[in-house]
Amino acid sequence: MICPRQRFPRGGWIRCVHQEIETVELTGAEIFARCLQEEGVDLVFGYPGGSVLHIYDALFKQDQVGHVLVRHEQAAVHAAEGYAKSTNRPGVVLVTSGPGATNAVTGIANAYMDSVPMVVFTGQVPTSLIGNDAFQEVDTVGITRPCVKHNFLVKDVKDLAVTIKKAFYLATTGRPGPVVVDIPKDITADRCPFHYPKSMQMRSYNPTVKGHPGQIRRAVDLLLQARQPVIYSGGGVVLGGGSKLLTEFTRLLNFPITNTLMGLGAYPASDRQFLGMLGMHGTYEANMAMHHADVLVAIGARFDDRVTGNVAKFCPNARIIHVDVDPASISKNVKVDVPIVGQVEPVLRAMLKELRARERRPDADAMEKWWKQIDEWRAMDCLKYDRESERIKPQAVIETLHRLTGGDAFITSDVGQHQMWAAQFYGFDKPNRWINSGGLGTMGFGLPAAIGTQLAHPGETVACITGESSIQMCIQELSTALQYRLPIKVLTLNNSYMGMVRQWQEFFYQGRYAMSYMEALPDFVQLAEAYGHVGMRIERPGDVEGALREALDMKDRLVFMDFITDADENVYPMVPAGAGQNEMILL
Amino acid sequence: MRHIISILMENESGALSRVAGLFSARGYNIESLTVAPTEDPTLSRLTLVTRGSEEVVEQITKQLNKLVDVVKLLDLTEHRHIEREIAMMKVRVAGGEDRAEVMRMAEIFRGRIIDVSSDTYVVELTGDSAKLDAFIEAMRPFDVVEVVRSGVMGIARGDVALRL
Repeated sequence: MICPRQRFPRGGWIRCVHQEIETVELTGAEIFARCLQEEGVDLVFGYPGGSVLHIYDALFKQDQVGHVLVRHEQAAVHAAEGYAKSTNRPGVVLVTSGPGATNAVTGIANAYMDSVPMVVFTGQVPTSLIGNDAFQEVDTVGITRPCVKHNFLVKDVKDLAVTIKKAFYLATTGRPGPVVVDIPKDITADRCPFHYPKSMQMRSYNPTVKGHPGQIRRAVDLLLQARQPVIYSGGGVVLGGGSKLLTEFTRLLNFPITNTLMGLGAYPASDRQFLGMLGMHGTYEANMAMHHADVLVAIGARFDDRVTGNVAKFCPNARIIHVDVDPASISKNVKVDVPIVGQVEPVLRAMLKELRARERRPDADAMEKWWKQIDEWRAMDCLKYDRESERIKPQAVIETLHRLTGGDAFITSDVGQHQMWAAQFYGFDKPNRWINSGGLGTMGFGLPAAIGTQLAHPGETVACITGESSIQMCIQELSTALQYRLPIKVLTLNNSYMGMVRQWQEFFYQGRYAMSYMEALPDFVQLAEAYGHVGMRIERPGDVEGALREALDMKDRLVFMDFITDADENVYPMVPAGAGQNEMILL
Repeated sequence: MRHIISILMENESGALSRVAGLFSARGYNIESLTVAPTEDPTLSRLTLVTRGSEEVVEQITKQLNKLVDVVKLLDLTEHRHIEREIAMMKVRVAGGEDRAEVMRMAEIFRGRIIDVSSDTYVVELTGDSAKLDAFIEAMRPFDVVEVVRSGVMGIARGDVALRL
């Protein structure tokens, strides 16, 4: 693997002025580079163009901030997201004006839906040309406004450093999210003295950190009265670094716990108290436990429609505690009884403290009965599939990958059936290991996200579980992976269909497979080889393990594995759209 | 239910479109919206009138508070308050009879005639929205050329105040 930092030759003259920051005037582009250094940014994902040439020049002349050249701006943002989700540090993106910015929009919207800390810098035409329909001009601030946490247009070089500071501050605090900073070209040439603020305070932005003590006491009262409780935790626990405390909390109470798609890994999947994922393709036991719960503890989760199903039928008997850093997430979709606004980590810490101070514990007999009921639901074995099939079952590929990697790999995925199987069958025991596009559901996310993840974790195994349709949406990034010698393992579960579309057409459109069959697929082995990688095609169940072993042993090569899987396989269980959680289609 | 929400926000370009964009993106309705800088030029005060159930209005205020440019807001309808709107109406007054009648109507509604030309009057009227509606309705028999309304602004009575 090549370190992107080495792509820029050593310059160092920017560092020379470090001592004299008050007197020496820097260009906007130099200020930009200095700000990133001050923020401790080690990697920027981007693509150059006319409006950002000064900035690229300034980055070229220093060696602290590395740059990863992608092949399409959408991929730059997804790669930054992979970096961010796997490290909990902000992802940083740099693209040019016009098409550079519009190409990045899908990635930005994706990061917004999944609350990913990220700062996206876009070039803009010179201030004198703004509004003139200049070459490569778009209203970036206008286009991105509905899908960012906040955005800025910098109109004076004197505002540049403080705006960048604000951008990082906003992106990483409260409920994280992407922040766009649009920088006109003339601003990057203008000069002013450089001063980077040490800290940031904004009168209009004060996210709540600690939970209200009275609410925490009320929550603990309710927890101790519970007879059929469930903990339902989401991506907020992963983002908020609350995984350890969540585990402690869950074990102390001996409550069953389920994770959302975004929350997988926050609680160890191999633990007895874990019920698996909930929601549309959640496990039978998780959804049934939710439906029958009398107390529901939602932590860092937002009651997404893929989780609740029909809200009118959602958790009919439960009193609900909801911990979330974003007050607007509370009682948005489902009315809750005990809202607690605050960061997951300090709130869990306070709840644990309060719990330990009480002598009372939940009714042991009731809990025993509840666990017995849950074990009965578990006995349904809702994730069963035909293990004797002569065709490769996609679930088996993922189970084998899990076994061979010890469940410790970083897994990225695209969107569709393979994503659900990865979520169901790769039991994540650690947070920040599962990197997928949850809210927006962006096909094409997986490969660039794997690039960002691998760059952040050079020695680790990073696998992209994808399908033959999704992978083609950002396939050009195979070239980026070669440039930086990233040994990603791409597992394509190739059933020649947009599998999830096909599944819905089978279930709800009487098998009319409109446009879901992928004709004219490329030969992925040759394609991988054309990009300079290793390609494999695996057609028989007996070859799956051997091929995976061989691929995982190639520590310095990207291996593209084309698994020809059973096209008739469906994802079970399934809660049809609009149904209640307990109304699942089972195999 | 009708709510009047007053917002103090950073007086920066784009702040208004963030508020307007939030309403269209989330499917909330805006009946009227009025905005101007405050005595502190770094702040703008925006007043908007919206309708929705209690749950919807709660979401609206939460989402507004979430906007980074919004410093503080107050739902005036939760407090005793005064609301005012200003309207200006241009009426064609052909003969002496019309002139007298329009003047009389303006007087009844405590309006003022603020511009006079050979065949038009401009009437200015201040009050809550219902009063303005009533005046416009009452003026229907005349030849009304155009009406302009400012949108609602408001202030809480007594000690309640929207300030930093």
